[in-house]
Amino acid sequence: MSPTAQTPLWEVFIRSRSGLAHRHVGSVHAADATMALQNARDVYTRRGEGLSIWVVPSNLITASDPSEKDMMFEPTGSKIYRHPTFYEVPDEVGHM
Amino acid sequence: MPTTSIRVADTPLLREILGRADDALVLGHRLSQWTGHAPMLEEELALANIALDLIGQARALYALAGEIEGLGHSEDDYAYLRDSRDFRNLLLVEQPNGDFAITIVRQVLYAAFIDPWWRETARRSTDSRLAAIAAKAEKESAYHLRHAAEWLIRLGDGTDESHRRAAAALEQLWPFVGEMFAPLDPSLAGLCADPASLHAEWDATVNEVLDQATLARPAEGWMQNGGRAGRHSEQFGHMIAEMQHLARSHPGATW
Repeated sequence: MSPTAQTPLWEVFIRSRSGLAHRHVGSVHAADATMALQNARDVYTRRGEGLSIWVVPSNLITASDPSEKDMMFEPTGSKIYRHPTFYEVPDEVGHM
Repeated sequence: MPTTSIRVADTPLLREILGRADDALVLGHRLSQWTGHAPMLEEELALANIALDLIGQARALYALAGEIEGLGHSEDDYAYLRDSRDFRNLLLVEQPNGDFAITIVRQVLYAAFIDPWWRETARRSTDSRLAAIAAKAEKESAYHLRHAAEWLIRLGDGTDESHRRAAAALEQLWPFVGEMFAPLDPSLAGLCADPASLHAEWDATVNEVLDQATLARPAEGWMQNGGRAGRHSEQFGHMIAEMQHLARSHPGATW
């Protein structure tokens, strides 16, 4: 068995501060979930980037098909009314 | 005028601080030798991170030694301008990297000792400078132990090949663990944890990891010591010759 077959790919998500969402930062190879967490810590949080790490086996991610991007994403391009930019925010509301 | 060699004052306190600093520097340097050779990219970074943690610990301790000694010696002076016989590190940490199993077993045996040593020292040291260094180092050593223990469990409980190598590494390095538990010099009571008092905790940690790794604990037998007295292995001479070459060939060089 090749080394990469013994250490499959995991996607790494890191939350940088309390209250923020985990963001995808990259991937690591690892034999199992515990080692994937350790590897993610060692590779992606060396400069104080993280407060929390998620790892997910890459093969469990279901991805959209790039060849369907016209159908999937093109139709929203002309629907500018879906952006919340047509409202005036009263001054009293302050910073949103 | 820059010098190529320093002599260090010999007191129990300096011996203790320099011994701990030398442990960290020598193990850090050994781990740094994996850079460019580790089995996988992730592990290469992990080992380099740990090496840097250890070298950072060594720097803090050398700076403290310099303060205590009061002869103006810098961190670099202690690291680069002492001869092999003046290094007081444990023989365990100078053992060559060998295969990955040797590196991991060496790491487990040392981290299972030094993590509680730092923790106790952070809690109880009568020297606030050493307590502060210990508090920082303990967070690092706790991870070093976790990292290496998880690897050893997988090597031991992995393939026939990885089990065989892990068992061989354990047998090879076991004679060097006795030296770790040499009791603290009585005149230093209160300065730091007494290694002799940490033996039971070390046993429990190591036994649990070996159990999960399906590895047999080697029989207790003859133990090699001498590192604390400056009697090192031949390989250690090669290691520090390489480590010190630049600083001693070009005294006072800056870059």
